[in-house]
Formats: sequence, structure tokens, C-alpha cells
Amino acid sequence: MTRVNVDAKLVVDKFFVDEGNPHIVLKKSPDPREFAKLEKACPAGLYKRDANGAMHFDSAGCLECGTCRILCGHTILEKWDYPTGSMGVMYRYG
Amino acid sequence: MSDDKFDVIVVGAGLAGCTAAYVLAREGLEVVVIERGNGAGSKNMTGGRLYAHTLERILPGFAEEAPIERRVTREKISFLSDRDAVTMDYQAGDYQAGDYQAGGQAAGRRPATAESYTVLRARFDPWLMGKAEEKGASLIDGIRVSELLTRDGRVVGVKAGDDELEADCVILADGVNSLLGESLGFVKKVTPHHCAVGAKELIELTPQQMRDRFGCEGRDGLAWLFAGMPSDGLMGGGFLYTNETSVSLGVVFGLHNIEAAGKSVPQMLEDFKAHPAVRPLIEGGQLIEYSAHVVPEGGLAMVPKIVGDGVLLTGDAAGFCLNVGYTVRGMDLAIASGEAAAKAVIAAKARGDFSAAGLNQYQTLLNDSVVMKDLTLYRKLPGFLDNPRMFGAYPDMAAGVMADLFTVDGPSKPLLKKAGGHLRKVGLLNLVKDGLKGVTSL
Repeated sequence: MTRVNVDAKLVVDKFFVDEGNPHIVLKKSPDPREFAKLEKACPAGLYKRDANGAMHFDSAGCLECGTCRILCGHTILEKWDYPTGSMGVMYRYG
Repeated sequence: MSDDKFDVIVVGAGLAGCTAAYVLAREGLEVVVIERGNGAGSKNMTGGRLYAHTLERILPGFAEEAPIERRVTREKISFLSDRDAVTMDYQAGDYQAGDYQAGGQAAGRRPATAESYTVLRARFDPWLMGKAEEKGASLIDGIRVSELLTRDGRVVGVKAGDDELEADCVILADGVNSLLGESLGFVKKVTPHHCAVGAKELIELTPQQMRDRFGCEGRDGLAWLFAGMPSDGLMGGGFLYTNETSVSLGVVFGLHNIEAAGKSVPQMLEDFKAHPAVRPLIEGGQLIEYSAHVVPEGGLAMVPKIVGDGVLLTGDAAGFCLNVGYTVRGMDLAIASGEAAAKAVIAAKARGDFSAAGLNQYQTLLNDSVVMKDLTLYRKLPGFLDNPRMFGAYPDMAAGVMADLFTVDGPSKPLLKKAGGHLRKVGLLNLVKDGLKGVTSL
């Protein structure tokens, strides 16, 4: 089985990134068990651990589906909002 | 402010919002649709299939003009084990390829209301919004409604940053993550038990490949659902819809099982693509978009309060979605709810009463419509489908029975003995129980 490379899929999508104004913010030192749910569930693979096991999240590349909000909105997310008008993903096909 | 006041503000230019705007504008109401994306449909995605009945009744013959991808004339359902596939294939063969007829009453053809079409939302939604604009509705896009404007407990408009816009009534068509519906306390926090996440690749193929691999002739195409390995043997599945020169290929996964999943959702899609039954179908194709969306699959149990003073909830925001296993529907219900909301607002305007009581015809119209009738009919299904046997043991069983049935290797065993082993693996009582439950929930 090939290991999925989600970043390679996201590069074909069109995004307007709102630099410095993330619409989703992860809490500091999130509960690892909650984080693990998002590592598996986020379709954009934006919840990642590095080689040292440190947790990382970047809202650029977000497909705005709301999966993380539904799973962990109250536990490890400090903020979940839609991107400001006209920002974020723009589907050309949908 | 009164000069700027609209009859109706619709939040969200998806199918519910655009339909509501069309019906309202057609009756001469002043309606504005506010959409956070750049243009209608730019934040929207679908697995791929629109059942035409509800839109056909509003815009008869729409498929002749609308940017649909293909008419679905062939249905496949596959049960996948890790390597095997057992497939049912139904081809509706009694009509001509590419034969669209408004009303569709010609002999031997199903009526246009019974058709379904594959669609891509960033193409389809702008068309529908355009129809509403032709009737006089306006679209403000690229603006996110940040909150609802309320006065004395009733909704009187919307805020976008520092800007305020007032209306007699606001229709919320802001999707499955209805932050505005939550701000009113109508939509309770959507729970993982009521939701699945869908991830989809749009893979471009040549017209020749579409024809050779899927038998797509003219504008006709197929819908294909997969149970079993695509969702790692848990609640969910895979799908493939043929568009004009691409396929929509994806997986859907019930979020409440995320901890039980042995791999990530993107990995499920990757493995599904690599399944021997799927890989040759997309070989050489080019990824042209990757998209995702949450599907409200809770059925009737997740439908929130949908009528308030000066406000109505429609479409995904209201949880109007139905996964029956072999049909998955949201868009046709969104359209029906947008229409019902518009009609209720038109009646409320005639009486000059936009209170919850004045708008309550929405609930009545929905109750009498396909939306609540079907949600009620299938109310037990989400519970029935939330059974790991449906997605693990049964697909494996089907594959096992088939493997034995079609294998000759020395003296044969009696059929019952061949099948019996696979059936016992699932448990005969489980089979009987699930069979009975299935029949009563459908």
C-alpha cells in the first residue's frame, strides 16, 4: 500500500490564504488523544506530528469541511470559524 | 436603514439558498443572497449525484440547460474485501442515450422527475444562482456573514464585520457547519454520531476512456457505491460517479468511529484507489481537484429547530440529508427545503407576519413534502446502518461465497456447505437479526 501524500493533492486546489489570520487555531499543548483523532480524520491531513512526536497544525490547505470542529471543537480547538469572505479554498469543480 | 431593507436575506449560495432566492424573486420579493465564497458554489462539493425530482418541479426541463455532467442510467453496487469485489450492476436500458425531454412523457422513458444527474457544484450552483438573478434576486459574494442581527429576540438582518443589512426575514442556508444556526441556539452542536466526512478526488479522463472504462455513451453515465474496505470495514463507503470527462471518486467515513479506524481518512481513499477493482478504472487519469465535506447523516434525529422569529433553516444547516445505503441524498432535499422556506416567506409577507407563528407554514410544507416524509420513513436507518457487520463481515462474506462458487479445484463441495462456512463466520443469528432490522427500517 502506498502511503498517502495529501500535500501533493492539495497543490492542485486553489486557495486564497489569509496570511496571519488563521480561521482555525489549535490550543497550546493539546490533549494527544484528541489530536490523534484529527490526525486520522482531517481529509487535508493538516494535523501532523513530526519525527519527535511534536504536534503541528497549519490552517493553510484547509478544505473547510468542519471535521475537526465536530470531533474536537470543544477539546483542543481554541477557535473554529470560516475564513474571512473570499478567502480560503475555492473549488473550481466541487 | 429602511431604504436598504430587503424582504429576505439568504445566507449561503448553495442549492437551498439559490432555490429559495429563485422562488422568492419569481414572486417579486426583494431578495439578496450573501455568500462567503467567490461566486455561488465555490465552497461547495458533492459526491456527485442530484436526484432531479424536486428541482424538476420548480424548473421543468432544467437539465437541458443546466451544466449537468451526465444522466445516470447505470447503477453499480460493490462489496469489497481487501482484494475481492462482488458487484451488482443495473442498467436502465429502455431509453435512448442523450434523450432529454422536458416532462419526459414519451413512451418507454422514465419521466424527467425520475432522472438523476451527476453534477459538479462549482459549475451547477452558479447556474442556479443565475436563474434567481434573472428573476431579480441579487448576489453579494466574497462576504462572510459574521453574525445575525437581532432585536427583541427576533432576527432582523445580518452583520458582516461592521456592515449591517436588514430584512423582514433571514433564510439560513449556511451549510452543515451552521455557525449562525448555532448562535441562535437552534442547531445543537453537531455530534460525530450524526456526521460522516467525505473526501473526493476529481480525476480527469479522456472521452474515449470514459466510454471504454464505464460504458458512458452520449450524456449517460453511472453511479457506483462501494461497501467494505473503502471505509476500513466501518460505517461509510466509497463512491464513483462519472462526469463528462472525469470521475468523482471518494470515500465517506462515519466520524464516531474515528478512533476505531486503522488508518487515516486520506489513506482510506488512497487504498481504495489502489484496490484491484478500482485501480484500472483511473489509471493514467489526472487529479484535477481534491475536496472534502461533512455529510449530515443523522437523519430525523439531528433535525434542529428550523423556524424562529424572522428566521428559517434550510438544507444541510437543517440536517436534511438521507443515507439509505444504496441512495445518498442531500441536494434534492436542500432544493425542496429552499422552496418550502420561500413559499412560507411569501405567505408570511402577504399577512405581514414574520414571527415564528407567521412563518410556521414552512414546517407544514416540509411535513407534507418529500423532506419530512422520507426522513420519517427512514428514521430507523441511521441506527441500522451503524453496525460494523454491514461494512466488514458482510462484504467479506459476499466475497468469500463468490470465491468458492466460481472456483473449481478438484472435486466440488455441495453449495450449502460452500456458503455455510462464510455464513457461520458472520453468525446465522446476526444474519437473521440484521435482515429483519433492515427490512423494517426501509
